[in-house]
Amino acid sequence: MEALLSLLIGVMTACGVYMLLRGRTFPVVLGLTLLSYAVNVFLFAMGRLTIGRPPVIDEAVSQYADPLPQALVLTAIVISFGMTAFVIVLALKARAELGNDHVDGERE
Amino acid sequence: MNHLVIAPILLPLIAGIVLLLLRRTALPFQRSLSLIALLAQVGVALHLLQSVLEGPLRVYALGNWQAPFGIVLVADPLAAWMVLITALLALFALLYALRGGDQAGRHFHVLFQLQLFGLQGAFLTGDLFNLFVFFEILLLASYGLLLHGSGPRRSRAGLHFVVLNLAGSSLFLFAVGTLYGTFGTLNMADLAVHISRASADQQSLARLAGLLLFGVFALKAALVPLHLWLPAAYAAATAPVAALFVIMTKVGAYGILRLDVLLYGNGVLSDLLDAWLLPLALLTLGLGTLGVMASTELRRQIAWLVVISVGTLLTAFALGGVNGIAAGLYYLPHTTFAGAAFFLLADSLAHRRGEHEDHLVPHARLADRRLLGGLFFTVAILVAGLPPLSGFIGKFLILRAALDTPAATAWVLAIVLGGGLLTIIALARSGSLIFYRSHPAEHGTATGQLWPELLPATGLMLLCLGLMIAAGPIDGITRLIAEQLMQPEIYIQAVLGGTGT
Repeated sequence: MEALLSLLIGVMTACGVYMLLRGRTFPVVLGLTLLSYAVNVFLFAMGRLTIGRPPVIDEAVSQYADPLPQALVLTAIVISFGMTAFVIVLALKARAELGNDHVDGERE
Repeated sequence: MNHLVIAPILLPLIAGIVLLLLRRTALPFQRSLSLIALLAQVGVALHLLQSVLEGPLRVYALGNWQAPFGIVLVADPLAAWMVLITALLALFALLYALRGGDQAGRHFHVLFQLQLFGLQGAFLTGDLFNLFVFFEILLLASYGLLLHGSGPRRSRAGLHFVVLNLAGSSLFLFAVGTLYGTFGTLNMADLAVHISRASADQQSLARLAGLLLFGVFALKAALVPLHLWLPAAYAAATAPVAALFVIMTKVGAYGILRLDVLLYGNGVLSDLLDAWLLPLALLTLGLGTLGVMASTELRRQIAWLVVISVGTLLTAFALGGVNGIAAGLYYLPHTTFAGAAFFLLADSLAHRRGEHEDHLVPHARLADRRLLGGLFFTVAILVAGLPPLSGFIGKFLILRAALDTPAATAWVLAIVLGGGLLTIIALARSGSLIFYRSHPAEHGTATGQLWPELLPATGLMLLCLGLMIAAGPIDGITRLIAEQLMQPEIYIQAVLGGTGT
């Protein structure tokens, strides 16, 4: 399970970085989204992968899931969601003002 | 519990929210509200600095959740120093914006206050994830401010700035996640304890996370080779925004300093940045100088001067020791105020030069050339670091600190002094192009409203003058801050009390 998850994070990060380096704004936005997915899964995994353990104190159990990474991921998701919305609007604005969707606003 | 520590964060937040709610009210009302909020922030920042210099550093546990479990705000002398510099800079930037710059787009005052909220929070927080959140707040506000006034040039510069910083935020989260996964804590004091005692298999992960964090802070500070976004972004921003943004690179420098002396200050990984910081800082200085020489517009030239100032500042921090850090902390307010004053002055010049704006080409003679030229001359001397003004004292302190590190002395002396000389040449060329090589025809008439417009820039220069006159006492303060920084156990003890894990 750990190997699969780390492979998944690695592939997503690599795809995200590749698309981030493209010349048009749409792939760049997609790249940022992929990168933030990879970060979120990575943060989530930092609490270790556990199954069937409660995150809050319960007298019946002795093993807990770490609740903190879940709170961190929640924050990170909200922020990256807002940022993605913003960057899409900005990309549209740049497309309208510069006349094309190249990140440098240049015609080829 | 004393609530003074959280006041510099709450004031701009509340002011921002109130301004957002009152956005339909009359403009003079909004302006005075924004100004009053900033004056209050300057007062609070002064009070905070005085209290932490005289007494012990102050820790504020949010919701009374004790460290390392809750989020804490820590006002140590360094944080209070940065808070004060930010508040003073923002005050003068806002005064300039009140001349009409705040009308170029919508919600200027709201974004301005929220930007301050993010900046002050980033300086005061004692929690790494909370630092990330405050970084995002200040960045989101800065995106809005950068695009303030619109136009294709700003959209293009803004797009680069936003995409780069979003990629930087992802790296920040990777680093934070790695540190949490390795040590199980995010409190900076607690992390410092854990990192200093890292076991062999934790060391490589901690080193990786530390260098990732360094990369993120270097991006914010515009350290070479991550500096390419800065000249375009700063040159495209409106003048008050560019003046405020001068402090943003210093946030990155602050992060690097915290990383170097607190998080990785002691123990097995204390050599984390040794191989990187000084060469990169000197390279930044050198490349920044070339950028200043090559610029064809005044505002772009000033943006490159900001790159130089980051290089000089980080050179001082890299030299380390009480002398190096104290010199950097003296140079920091000087370079912030001088750079901001230069941006404001360049805007006044650009307004008077018609279609040529701030392009460095001959233009019709300016009506107010004596006053503007005099101010240009003063600010150029300040920035280039010629005696007797505060730039010289800052550079002198840095060079003196370099003498403590024999291996680096020759490099630092050569690059700082050589860079200073080339900066003077470049600024002399710009000044003579703008003021001397002009067509004889008078251009425009004296507006009579010159002083109100130049007041903020002059005020910032007067602050630099104050830094020069009070160099002795201020050097004493920065020395105190540096001495305290070099003993991270004071910080750790104050945050964790006796209960450090």
